[in-house]
This record gives sequence, structure tokens and C-alpha cells, in this order.
Amino acid sequence: MSRIIVDKAIVECDAPILRVGEDGSFPAVPASGLVFVSLPQYLAQKAELTARGDVGVWFAPADEPEVLGDEAAGLAYIAVEFPAFTDGRGFSIGRLLRERYGFTGQLRAFGDVFKDTLNYLARCGFNAFVVRADKDIEDAVKGIDDFTEFYQSAVGQPQPLFRRR
Amino acid sequence: MYIYDEYDQKIVDQRVAQYRDQTRRYLAGELTDDEFRPLRLQNGLYIQRHAPMLRVAIPYGNLTSRQVRKLAELAAKYDKGYVHFTTRQNVQYNWPALENVPEMLAELASVQMHAIQTSGNCIRNTTSDQFAGVAYDEIVDPRPWCEIIRQWSTFHPEFAHLPRKFKIAVNGAKEDRAAIMVHDIGITVKLNAAGQVGFEIYVGGGLGRTPMIGDLIKPWLEPEHLLTYLDAVLRVYNRYGRRDNKYKARIKILVKAMTPEAFAAKVEQEWAHLKSGPQTLTDEEIARNHRFFTAPAYETLQGDDPSFLAAIEASPAFSRWVDRNVFAHKVPGYAAVTLSLKKHGVPPGDATVEQLEAVAELADRFSFGELRVSHGQNLILADVKESELFALWEEAKRIGFATPNIGLLTDLICCPGGDFCSLANAKSIPVAKAIQERFDELDYLFDLGEIDVNISGCINACGHHHIGNIGILGVDKNNAEFYQITLGGRQGADAQIGKVIGPSFAQEEMADVMSKIIQVFVENREADERFIDTFDRIGADPFKNKVYEGKPAGKAKKEVEA
Repeated sequence: MSRIIVDKAIVECDAPILRVGEDGSFPAVPASGLVFVSLPQYLAQKAELTARGDVGVWFAPADEPEVLGDEAAGLAYIAVEFPAFTDGRGFSIGRLLRERYGFTGQLRAFGDVFKDTLNYLARCGFNAFVVRADKDIEDAVKGIDDFTEFYQSAVGQPQPLFRRR
Repeated sequence: MYIYDEYDQKIVDQRVAQYRDQTRRYLAGELTDDEFRPLRLQNGLYIQRHAPMLRVAIPYGNLTSRQVRKLAELAAKYDKGYVHFTTRQNVQYNWPALENVPEMLAELASVQMHAIQTSGNCIRNTTSDQFAGVAYDEIVDPRPWCEIIRQWSTFHPEFAHLPRKFKIAVNGAKEDRAAIMVHDIGITVKLNAAGQVGFEIYVGGGLGRTPMIGDLIKPWLEPEHLLTYLDAVLRVYNRYGRRDNKYKARIKILVKAMTPEAFAAKVEQEWAHLKSGPQTLTDEEIARNHRFFTAPAYETLQGDDPSFLAAIEASPAFSRWVDRNVFAHKVPGYAAVTLSLKKHGVPPGDATVEQLEAVAELADRFSFGELRVSHGQNLILADVKESELFALWEEAKRIGFATPNIGLLTDLICCPGGDFCSLANAKSIPVAKAIQERFDELDYLFDLGEIDVNISGCINACGHHHIGNIGILGVDKNNAEFYQITLGGRQGADAQIGKVIGPSFAQEEMADVMSKIIQVFVENREADERFIDTFDRIGADPFKNKVYEGKPAGKAKKEVEA
């Protein structure tokens, strides 16, 4: 079992990320167990997929939350890929899903994820982190609280500091 | 000056702890070079030619004497006894050891300073007019707005990893001394007919490889909406700016690709969701920030102080310094003084420990203990009584900060160049030195009047060469250092990008090339015309013909054909 961070706790979780084939074909979705399908696959097959509660949708950095819109509110899991930790598009995706489209389920970051971006990710609405396998997950979890005070409005603390100080 | 409360201090302290941990993990091999690079850059630490370089923020150019003493202390303790002030109101240490940086940051935090977001692909230090709050031509003091932007941009969770670096400048005066038109976002604070404060927002200006002047995308923005609007601009950029090619990743490329109109429309669409949300500024927050930037305890003075006027009469040298280095103040009897860090023969923008300590004393004695840094790489005492200008001049001379060359040819803007910077194609300091030596005669320099000369050691344009009346760019030609000349650039409200005049020159030719350019100017000048006005009147051809005399390659077309 792989270990991931959920709500600041380290838990065991294996949830495959299903990618669209090079020919554009959608992979078969396992009959049971938490799994993430790509946004295009979800949009194409949502009638059958939404029937079960353990199918999540994953976003690539260029995917637009607008495509899913308010439907996000009905999902239990969404994941966002960070191919490189320096690709900050996923931060905007997280905030849009949480703040504009009412997503309240688990928001998971995967890819180039390690200690040093967890604080920002958490503030953009992520509460689950698939830390890179070669990184120390016990140390990484501490990164969520690198900062405990913030100037801006963000997920978790919508009131900017100037409305609280 | 803005003073930290416990919240601001906590954020800066937590950053020191975070960076200390990152450095420890890097040195322990837990972070690779590639991982550590973006992390250290977001804290202003470059790995340079000889050593790391640490860039420390001076938010919108404001410093206290206490902070200057700390900068001096760090230069003595961790560096080689000097610092370099940059074109973006930052200060750089050229020789710190990587493992000492966390301790330097802790010391900086003790005087409410930091190196947060002074580099990297994030929102950089917000810059402004060095005469903010005192300028005779000021319409609205930009400093409270700069501070509001500083806080909003500090560790903004969504915009920590943008496609590329992002620079914001704010101006509130008639003349734009903050070069807002060549920033990713340029903001003019202004008043409407009813006397209410609002903003003009420009986007997509910038220098570097593809210099561009910003486009006006919002002619009037009410103050309470400043941050939600900036959030909208940054979100559009974060999502749609190019990430496949770092040379096309600045917001200016996105704005140009979309067209300014389409970009503005996209921002409006995003803003519609954010407008009036929690990030909307409250009256209390606006008032709170203004309370830090009130006038100091000025005396009621008549102006035209008799002892000051007598000193001007008596001393031509003092008079010349007053003409060049003293700037009109909005309060009668006071003046803003620019201390020139452009003494001939010294790298532009450098200051030694001794000079920093002395200048802190001057600030305490003459200017309410505060200083400013200009994007022209000079230091400013913003609130000096006219009656004390002569005494200040005497003191400034003693420490080598009284060269009367502000705005003149030898007030060169210059990046650290190939002597220090690993990005540079060519050295810039020796060229600056050669020009300063060539034009060392003060009377002549004075007669030439205002000429902006900007030198960059590479296309990243830290010396802002595109907006110099005479711009000099270091280029690499078959592994040798060469210099390309642009003419006609200018900053301010009518900002323009200079045009390259022709093939580049070797370093040893540069002083002669400058002499020829100045000769053409002098021969064609009418009355007391400024260089840029003569240039606009006669065009580039006479200059080309002179500097490329005997070199057919670069001459103006019609002459070559003839």
C-alpha cells in the first residue's frame, strides 16, 4: 500500500490514475476501488461513472474547471497533476473548484509533490497529497504548517488578514 | 514608513525558519540542485560566477537608518564590505556563503527586512517613485498602495509558481519616475474630477529580450477593488501564460498574443467573480496603511532660506550640486536630496560599509532617520531643510556621495554585469568606468545636460538599456565581449524603446563611441536642448554616420549608397 497525506494524517491509499491512451482511447475502469479518470473520460462516460461513489476525476494543468462547473459539487474526489512543482496552474484549479464550483470532497495533489509546496497547496484547497515516493512523507507533512498566518484570502481562511487584524 | 505588527513579523520569521530548513535539506542532499534552485530563488539567492548572490528587498525603496546600519553590519560580517543597489529598489550582497544565508535572513528579520520573492517566477518587490510623499508634482502618495500590494503579493498561495517573473510598479506623480510602462503591471494612482482616488492599470510592459511598453487595460479602478482586480490579472496570466518557452513566458507575450482588448475582456470576466469578494479592501485597511505614511514633524518655514541662497551665491560647486542633486519638495523650506552613488571610477550603485554607516548618520541628522533608494541606483534623503543643505553637502562630499551628476551622462544605470553575474554576456562596470573617466570634466558634463545612459551586461536588461537615451547592451560575439548601442529610448509617461544603431563595438572602443555620439549631439544642439530632444529632431542617421565613419557596415543607408 502507498502512503499519502490526507487531512494532515498519513494514511494508506492506492488509487490508480487512469490516463487517456495515446490513440485517444479511454482505459477500462476497474469494477471497484477508488480510481481517478481523466477529465475527458469523465465527461464522455459520466452517466455510468457517477453511479458509483468511488470514481474521482483528475485534472491536467491545462484542464479547465469551467468545463466541469457546478457538477464538481457532486463529486467526492478530484485530483490535480503537478508534472513539475514549478507549474503553478494547479493552484488556480484548486481555488476555482473550491471557491467557485462548490467542491467539498477530497482534493488531491499528485506528481512532483513534496514538502515545499504543501503550504501553498493546502491554502489553494488541497487536503490530500501524494508525496513523491523518494521523499520523506513524515517530514513533508510538516510543510503544511510552514506558515500559520497569511495575508490573503484563500481556501480554509477566506478572510484576508486585514479583515482579522 | 510601514512598521510591522506581530502578524507581519511572524510571517517573516516563519520564512526564515522555512528557508533554514530548506538550506539544511539541500546541504544534506535531501533536495537536489534542481529542486533547491526555484526555492532559493524565491528567496533572492542566486548562484553566481564567484559565489552566491543574495538580493534583499527594499519595499518601494523605503529604508530607515537602523535598517541601513544592519545592511552595513551584514556586509562586514558576511560579505566583502560593500553592497550593490539595483534598478529595482533591491540591495545585493555579492559574496555571501550559502550556509550563512539563513542567519543573514534572521538578522534582516530583526529589522523588518527580508529577501522574499526578490527573484524567481513570482511577484517581485513592488517599486515606486523615490520621491513618493514629498515630490512637488505628486498627485497621490503611492506608498500606502504599494504596501497594500506588498502584503497581498507576499506568499500569495496561488501565484507562487507563475510562468515567469512578475514586476509591479506604482506611480502617483505627474512625472513617472517609477518606469511603470515597462513593468508587467504598471499602476498610476490618480484623482478623478470629483477628487476621488483611483487607479489606471497597464499590463504587459517589460524589457528583456522583447522590450514592450505596457497597454492600458483599465482606465479607472476604484481603490477598494485593487486587490481583486490584481487577483484577476494574475489568475489569467497564471492559467494562460506560456510555460513551454521561458523566452515567451512573460505576461507581455500573452497580452500581445491575445491582443490587449481580449486580455482585458478575459480579466473582466474573471474579475466579475472576484469583485466585492473577501479580498475587497475595507475603508479601515486603506486608512490603516495611510497612517504609516503621514508627514514627519516638519517645521513651518518660509522657503528660500537666506543662508541657503547665500551659499549658492558664494559657492559655484555647491550651486552645481543643488542644480543636479536637489529636488523640489512639496513643503516650503524643505528639499529632497539625491546622494550620488555614481562617483566616477566606482561601480554604479555600490556602497561600502563605511559609506552606509555614514549615510545612516546623515539620515538621522538631516532627514528624520529615513532614506530612499531610487531605481536610478542612488540614495535619497527626502526631507532636508534648505538651511541644512550646505552642511549636508559638506558631509556627503566627505563620503564620496556628492558627485553633482544626477540625470547627467555619468549618472549611469548599470547592472553588475559579467564581473559578477553568471547570466551576463559581457562586463558592464568597466564600460561604465571608461565612460565616467572620459567625461570626468564636471563643467562639460553639466553643460551637456540630461542624458540617461543605461548599461546591461545581457539581454535580461537589468540595466534597463532599452529605455536609456543611450543604451548599451553587452553581447557575445564569437566568445568575445561586444557592446550594442541603442539610441532614443526614454522612460516616463512617453516611454519608448530605443533602436539599435548598428553593429556592436569592442570594449576598448566604447569611450570613443560615446565621445562621437556626444560630439554629434553638441554639433547639432540648439540652445539648451536635451540630448533626447536633439535626437528626436535630427534622427539617428547623423549619429550612425559619425560612429561608423570608415566602417561601411553600420552607416546610415543613404550615405552608404551615395
